[in-house]
Amino acid sequence: MTEATIPVTSIGTTGVSRFAGILRSMRRSPAGFIGFVIVALMVLITAIVPFVLPDVSPNVKEILLPAGSSGHLLGTDNEGKDVLIQMIGGGRTVIFVGFFAAAISTVLAIVLGSLAAYLGGWVDSVVVTLADVFLTVPQIVLLAVLGAFFKLDSPLLLALLVGGLSWPVLTRAVRAQVFSLKEREFVEAARLLDLGTARVVFVEILPNMASFILMNFMIGVTNAIYQLVGLYLLGLAPLTGSNWGIMLNRAWIAGAIFNDASLAWILSPIIAIVLLLVGLVMMTRSLEEILNPRLRDR
Amino acid sequence: MSGAVDTSAAELIEGPAVEPRPSAVRRFVNAWLVRRLFKAVLTVFIVTTGTFFLVRLLPGNPVDTYIQTQIAQTGISYEAAAAQAKNLFSLDPNEPLIAQYFHYMVNMLHGDFGNSLLSPGTTVASVIKTYLPWTLFSVGVATVFSFAIGIVAGMIMAYRRETWVDHLLTSIGSVLHAIPNYILAILIVVFLGVKLQVFDLTQARGSYTPGVTPSFSLSFLNDIFYHAMLPILAYALTTVGSWALVMKSSTVETLGEDYVTVARARGLTDSRIRSGYVGRNAVLPLFSQLAVSLGFVVGGSIFVEKIFGYQGIGFSLFNAVNGRDYAVLQGIFLVVTISVVAANLLADLLYSRMDPRIRVQGKG
Repeated sequence: MTEATIPVTSIGTTGVSRFAGILRSMRRSPAGFIGFVIVALMVLITAIVPFVLPDVSPNVKEILLPAGSSGHLLGTDNEGKDVLIQMIGGGRTVIFVGFFAAAISTVLAIVLGSLAAYLGGWVDSVVVTLADVFLTVPQIVLLAVLGAFFKLDSPLLLALLVGGLSWPVLTRAVRAQVFSLKEREFVEAARLLDLGTARVVFVEILPNMASFILMNFMIGVTNAIYQLVGLYLLGLAPLTGSNWGIMLNRAWIAGAIFNDASLAWILSPIIAIVLLLVGLVMMTRSLEEILNPRLRDR
Repeated sequence: MSGAVDTSAAELIEGPAVEPRPSAVRRFVNAWLVRRLFKAVLTVFIVTTGTFFLVRLLPGNPVDTYIQTQIAQTGISYEAAAAQAKNLFSLDPNEPLIAQYFHYMVNMLHGDFGNSLLSPGTTVASVIKTYLPWTLFSVGVATVFSFAIGIVAGMIMAYRRETWVDHLLTSIGSVLHAIPNYILAILIVVFLGVKLQVFDLTQARGSYTPGVTPSFSLSFLNDIFYHAMLPILAYALTTVGSWALVMKSSTVETLGEDYVTVARARGLTDSRIRSGYVGRNAVLPLFSQLAVSLGFVVGGSIFVEKIFGYQGIGFSLFNAVNGRDYAVLQGIFLVVTISVVAANLLADLLYSRMDPRIRVQGKG
């Protein structure tokens, strides 16, 4: 397998100005900007709005109201709980686990990948072999098994599990990047100055991969959300609390698809999930275009 | 882990030492093949070992649980229950762990995965034999379709860059790429099955109509395609977008290569350049991703098959997880992993045949 070679842009600028540059170019690509707005809005809404929303409580008098009912814009579910409020509040765990899991796997990938490439030798062999093994084991299957057997009712533990399994792809990519970067003069110079492995890797080499890592981080978020919602949908993750995945699971099991009145119940988490994922993918794709100028200029 | 270190040491020594003499190249190719095979075997070995210990780490040891239920239900002695468990799980709980592990590995080598716990008397091997072919069939057909369509769409996008065709296809591709397969499956059920009634959902459940005897007849073929249609649609639609997008960037990159410019300068026809130069070289990197995607889709089959009620390996895996059928679980897990390893190996071998550069540069 060949690792994609990503052109390393403008060496020498700081991480901060590079990030600002990414945001600036992102605004130049309409699709990327729309994606960014969608994701930012959804993160903000799920982070803030639930505090001011009324609590949803089961109400036997208002079971399965259709969308557009008075007081319930999207109707109610089979326990009489308002669907719209659940939809707005239901993004929390999904987004939190998605971002946190991606953060865990990104950090793992950076540390393992750069150390493997920088130190070489047996460290490299162990990391590469481990990554290859984890790459071949179908993650979703492993997640389903582990998720079902350990009752991981804390989102934090779920994020740890999801993130702990999805580092290999990025690790290999980071390794390939560091391999090419470590031959550059400025790294050579840093090494000659005896700045220490940690400093050379994390201060000299890593900032040059910032946008590349950011892109992979977003891919990681997308994958984590895919896995997490899927586990909830099948009831393989503990169904405590309320989020889009649990809504989907309950609506599916209750047969909401066969009932016109409850169609909004099953479609609202679907719309929310798709909107979030499409936003993330649009952002990622425009970043990819920035990273690979050949894609946009010719 | 020691094996891994050896491979890399070999890589490090052999890598730069290769001279462009024919005999050395041949020796290197052979070494590459051997190394690649060794890596595949090592992966399967690590995964097998991993599952053995994983199952023993999981809360609620299946063997103990089984023995306890047997004692409670039938009132037999611990020894008798343990003996039964030994038969069922192909392991004896009183044996030292290392001996258990050894037995497990030996049994695996003989293709003996033990017996199912949920349906006594059924071997895990027969469960896999019943369900796996349907997943391979549906996933395989879907992959061929989406790969082919994606490549064509990607080339169109690359050639008509910055036109409305490109923008439209890119948008569709991005959205399809973003939608999880199970969400698309639900939408298919809601709109094609319930609202528009294009598909009869109750008829399409299962992998073929009950009572029909599998044979190589047209009617049976028709039947299995009817049942596999919805899963195929879900897999193909959710993967075609990524193929198209990857093919687009690969084609764009190839279009910028010097040999394409030279081919143009030589006055070769556009169709010749498109198929002989651009298409061929742009497709190459996609083949190595084909195997990875196969593993992904097989893993994703647990969602799609559950939603459509298609009785493939994902469906049986879901039942095994829910019923805590450790034996089946272990077996399916291994078989799925082995299929992915095999697919990877096959893709690597094919790739190296098509692109000789990989043999010299690539280290896997």
